[in-house]
Amino acid sequence: MSKFRKNNSKGQPAISTAALPDIVFMLLFFFMVTTTMRETTLKVKVVTPKATEVEKMEKKSLVSYIYIGEPIKSLQGAFGTAPRIQLNDVFATKEDLFQFVEMEKDKRDEAERNMITWSLKVDQDTKMGIVTEVKQEMRKVNALKINYSSKKTDRIVD
Amino acid sequence: MAKREISEINAGSMADIAFLLLIFFLVTTTMDTDTGLLRRLPPPPEDINELEKIDIKQRNIFEVLVNANDQLLAKGEYIQVTELKEKVKEFIKGDPSNPEMPEYKDEEVPIFGTIPVSKQIVSLQNDNGTTYQMYIKVQNELIAAYREVRNERALKEFGKSYDELVKLSETSETIKNQADAIKAIYPQRISEAEPKAIGGAK
Repeated sequence: MSKFRKNNSKGQPAISTAALPDIVFMLLFFFMVTTTMRETTLKVKVVTPKATEVEKMEKKSLVSYIYIGEPIKSLQGAFGTAPRIQLNDVFATKEDLFQFVEMEKDKRDEAERNMITWSLKVDQDTKMGIVTEVKQEMRKVNALKINYSSKKTDRIVD
Repeated sequence: MAKREISEINAGSMADIAFLLLIFFLVTTTMDTDTGLLRRLPPPPEDINELEKIDIKQRNIFEVLVNANDQLLAKGEYIQVTELKEKVKEFIKGDPSNPEMPEYKDEEVPIFGTIPVSKQIVSLQNDNGTTYQMYIKVQNELIAAYREVRNERALKEFGKSYDELVKLSETSETIKNQADAIKAIYPQRISEAEPKAIGGAK
């Protein structure tokens, strides 16, 4: 009898949490590997339109971004609400595109220079005028492979 | 306490540290891979006068106009975006007996040999005042039309859709040829005319 009583007083053994750090570390490594830090701070408001025929960008290292949209709220006092082009971290004009393209090309290996995709991240409410100007400018500097950044959707609606 | 052992380092807080790091990476991570419509711009014209020389018969062109109010005019008809795809598909497929539809030209195509291929061109012209959203919608419909026509043809000829053929083209030479054949029969010709500013919007 006394044997049983002894057992009872011990109660249920605690669940071992020794493996918890391992599990957490596994998750941690997963996120460390998959993470990509945002390189630029957006100064323009960009809500990309939705489309059904989107393709995934294959090589992230071969993509350069051009942002077009109206300045974000906190910058509207200084820069107004007219849509602007943002290259890297600064506002730019279409004349700066030439230099930007050259700099981006310089960053890559020589063999890969013609494979750069220029991803246009344009706000959906922007008028085509500024986009067309950028496109014409890109043609002039022979940066022809472009991507109209848009989100995947199943159906477009009017 | 005669026997003094070296006490183990308490690893209990390891989980906490790991959690802290985990949460940091969870917050900073951006998993979004960029997606979008891939297009190729035409190379810059070498000679401005050359632009005038290109002369294409009206019946070979499917003209899509978008004005500053985001209204759509396809081959002279005022339509909605949702109707555009069917119209373009009809045009790409063509009809040899219809004089309104594009002409055919004999071309070398893998697998099929020399067969008549439609001389279709889709021309898209937008105004400076068109919204980007509308422009993407129209582009999207045009690409979708081409894709669906190709899919239908591939399904009829090879029992697989064009998308599948492209996906499997790495695995075998025949499938790659099949995909190339379909692509050659319906080449994607979306031309963008030089923009105009009629709507007055800037």
